[in-house]
Amino acid sequence: MFPAPFGYAAARSVDEALELLTQYGEEAKLLAGGHSLIPAMKLRLQSPRILIDLGTVAGLRGVRAAGDSLVIGALTVHAEIAASDLIRKHVPGLSDAAAVIGDLQVRNRGTIGGSVAHADPAADLPVILAALNASFLVQSTAGSRSIGSDNFFTDFYTTALKADEILTEVRVPIPVAGTGSAYAKFPHPASGYVVVSAGTLITRQSSGSCAAARVAIGGVGSGPIRAIATEMELQGKPLTPQVIAAAAAKAAEESDPVEDSYASAEYKRHVATVYARKAIQAAIERASKV
Amino acid sequence: MAAEPRYAAIPIRVTVNGVEHDAVVEPRTLLVYFLREQLNLTGTHVGCDTSQCGACTVHLDGRAVKSCTVLAVQANGARVKTIEGLANGDNFHPVQEGFREKHGLQCGYCTPGMIMTAVHLLEINPKPSDDEIKHALEGNLCRCTGYVNIVEAIKWAAEKMKDQG
Repeated sequence: MFPAPFGYAAARSVDEALELLTQYGEEAKLLAGGHSLIPAMKLRLQSPRILIDLGTVAGLRGVRAAGDSLVIGALTVHAEIAASDLIRKHVPGLSDAAAVIGDLQVRNRGTIGGSVAHADPAADLPVILAALNASFLVQSTAGSRSIGSDNFFTDFYTTALKADEILTEVRVPIPVAGTGSAYAKFPHPASGYVVVSAGTLITRQSSGSCAAARVAIGGVGSGPIRAIATEMELQGKPLTPQVIAAAAAKAAEESDPVEDSYASAEYKRHVATVYARKAIQAAIERASKV
Repeated sequence: MAAEPRYAAIPIRVTVNGVEHDAVVEPRTLLVYFLREQLNLTGTHVGCDTSQCGACTVHLDGRAVKSCTVLAVQANGARVKTIEGLANGDNFHPVQEGFREKHGLQCGYCTPGMIMTAVHLLEINPKPSDDEIKHALEGNLCRCTGYVNIVEAIKWAAEKMKDQG
């Protein structure tokens, strides 16, 4: 189908977009890459009266290092993130995740800001960004604030973003030396969306012990779930295969996956432990090389 | 002061296959319908309603995209290349030749999309492995061929383009 008729505003600046968002409130939706919004509009699952195009605002794209963080513009497309040498050098788990979103054409249009703000429970980026302890710079007419990933993804398709706020930047801390990150995904064979996935950030001491671990699991909740039990099993321990296996086995402990026609809750909880182990091992291998 | 949203008759300027077009579109006009119905470039196809099949694939500012999931207004000021823009007169693009040489099509419906994705792939990765070709084609569905000859066609084209330097 075609989308229902709507009014279109090509914003020329974030301030203009904020003005329009404030003016039109719930009648308006922001347009970034449009690869979640436009398909929904074509099926008339969503029919916003107004679309405010952020794609026409300059300065929202690109990856740069700023002090101790990588700063990624919200309108940066997944293909650019997957191809970024800067990201691959510091947080290759994010490169992994961006490279497996959708397909080649989708990655040329879908954006990091759009993915994060849309908060699809079967999306890739929220999971790895939770593992990487990312934070999100959010602007409104009242100013700006930063929201940490642990507080950002609140429910299915729901975030801490207020209705009059725009996400403009994603900030990823540059990890300390001896840290590796990875993302492992079990995709749905038809849609390519996450059935279960795991994002990891592991800091390894030269002795071989784990100094710090963050593990996030996708597909087993309303958004990315931090596998706290897994992290506690790793922290301070020697990173042997036995320790890794024992830790990964706890990855889905607190989770309550939604059962669907493809996979039962029990299956998802089990496969989560398998992908947690893959992602933990991959992160440790990378940590050893740094 | 923010500009008011427009509900109809949005002027856009798009360069398609090297030709600049001034046109007027509705906000909800999808790029694929703009190309097909306003520019009569019917080589780009509509094959699904769910952004999955890739029959609508074109290049937008050098990147392969699904034109059914792009609004025509989003292409304002951009360069678009469609399947019609690949050949140089009577000289086919090597990827087009490859689809002929290796029988990479049957009904031909998915073919323009396959070719446009393949052209972009070979621009960013001139020597793809079979696996890399298959991954690159994840956004293009074919109901006829079983994909084997499509992969062979693209490999043939990669060889030809390597020889041409």
